[in-house]
Amino acid sequence: MHVGMLLQMAADGMGERIAIGPVADGTTMAELASRARRAGTLLADMSGERVAMVDLNSEAVPIALFGAALAGKPFVPINYRLSDEQLRDLVVRTAPATVIIGEGVAERLGPIPGIELVDRKEFLVRVSDPSVEEADPYAGDPDSVAVLLYTSGTTGAPKAAVLRNRNLTAYVISTVEFAGAGEDEAAIVSVPPYHIAGISSVLSSTYSGRRVVHVETFEPRVWVDLVRAEGVTHAMVVPTMLNRILDVVAEDDGGLPTLRSLSYGGGPMPLAVIERAMALLPGVGFVNAYGLTETASTIALLGPDDHREAHASDAPDVRARLASVGRPLPTVEVEVRGVDGTVLGAGARGEIWVRGEQVAGEYEGLGSAPDDGWFNTRDEGHIDGGGFLFVHGRLDDVIVRGGENLSPGEIELVLLEHPSVEAAAVVGIPDADWGEKVVAAVVPVPGADVDEDELRAFVRAALRSTRTPERIDVREDLPFNETGKLLRRVLREELADRFG
Amino acid sequence: MAVELKPGARFRSAVGETEVVVIKAPAGAVDLRCGGHPVVPIGDEPPTGLTAESGFDEGSQIGKRYVDGADELELLCSKGGTASLSIGAELLVLKDAKPLPSSD
Repeated sequence: MHVGMLLQMAADGMGERIAIGPVADGTTMAELASRARRAGTLLADMSGERVAMVDLNSEAVPIALFGAALAGKPFVPINYRLSDEQLRDLVVRTAPATVIIGEGVAERLGPIPGIELVDRKEFLVRVSDPSVEEADPYAGDPDSVAVLLYTSGTTGAPKAAVLRNRNLTAYVISTVEFAGAGEDEAAIVSVPPYHIAGISSVLSSTYSGRRVVHVETFEPRVWVDLVRAEGVTHAMVVPTMLNRILDVVAEDDGGLPTLRSLSYGGGPMPLAVIERAMALLPGVGFVNAYGLTETASTIALLGPDDHREAHASDAPDVRARLASVGRPLPTVEVEVRGVDGTVLGAGARGEIWVRGEQVAGEYEGLGSAPDDGWFNTRDEGHIDGGGFLFVHGRLDDVIVRGGENLSPGEIELVLLEHPSVEAAAVVGIPDADWGEKVVAAVVPVPGADVDEDELRAFVRAALRSTRTPERIDVREDLPFNETGKLLRRVLREELADRFG
Repeated sequence: MAVELKPGARFRSAVGETEVVVIKAPAGAVDLRCGGHPVVPIGDEPPTGLTAESGFDEGSQIGKRYVDGADELELLCSKGGTASLSIGAELLVLKDAKPLPSSD
């Protein structure tokens, strides 16, 4: 299938529903489809072979996403927070392309051969002109590339993950019920458009008929105010956002009375944060979603009932599931394999492999996943006896100390249990004796003092001494990218300078 | 008249507005009907003057997935209509899919 069909079905079946914006004067589903189809015509006529976007969240995101697909051109949202040089490098890679831009971007990019810039405001005016012909919503090729997403590149140069129309539609059809959202439901979208969750939210909201309220760029106070003002019922956040949202809610004691569902994903969530969220927001159902760009979003879910059951349980193995990512989607197969490729049994740690129609596993210029459809996520994990998947972190981040493989995530979770620690990261740095040695960086809870020796003793008491950081850097912040991914490469370099 | 069904292929009813897209299909030709009459590939001219046969006129709903008893065929209804989908005389049934919690 092609994403154009999802959009047209929404227009046919729920045309009068508000798709984007306030209830009073938002854009209806029928109008969204018309604008996207006009965008399809306009973008097809332009010389660019791709449709890139360097902009904040707005109505232009779904219009450009669907419009590019209808024009048969890949949509390439790019991270506007990159340095000017990095941003320019990525835009150059998209040429020849039409690039939809927000304020100030033209000045940052300067002239680039093969790049035609279109201001967002102008784009929105042109797609609202009824004299522009509306592209055929059914003509798209399911095998064509719908989206190219530059993976965050926390360890190296960004690669462009290829998501075809059939991958995205397979995800939506198998996880979202058409028109399944109640007419009173609204989702707040605060993840940026260049994140896979930003793409999947456009598609899922459209197909379910859930109204979308955009946050241009995440700020916790703005987010909380908008949830209350717009009667938002559904939200998706990355881990770094959640604790900041909870700080605001705890401080003004106003709660989030309309919110029913809060899903989180995109990185490891400290147990203390999710427990705090469940206590502060008792009326909310929490969903932990695990997925990758390369898998067209979510492949495993820990649902609201799973959260409550784990939280209320005295059995250690059931309680532990609060830190799991739940069970694979019914349409996705997940295996944990050893380095030699054998499928491992319950409890054994290995590489997480995944297969399903939504799994793309393909990078521009680098070929696709193997013919058997199995994709190696490069995440380390295990599956417990009840089928719950636990993700321990990126295999690329594993520290090899004297031949022993150590997962930073395991050590980080212990550090985060300490009352004085707000954020923690563990990396390996070169060491003459051990190959690598374990070091950590922590950010104290506001007002707290961190005693390095005491904190090391705390870790040693919980884990073995080989897993205890030899040095701990106490600092004001960690190098996260804006979607909450720790920039380990940056941290590793900084700590190697300091402790190497 | 039986047709080969491939995932992604689209068909329309000869007696109403119903359109479907194939999600999953068995190998070989399938006698896919709507309203009791063979479906028509999208793009082909449908025959005129037909009406839904009795027992095949309950309708089909946009956005619903329809499956056969053997769970070999799955269709997504992309446009609703007044006629019902079947393989020969066997009516297709609504797929019983447990809703998943929203993660986006």
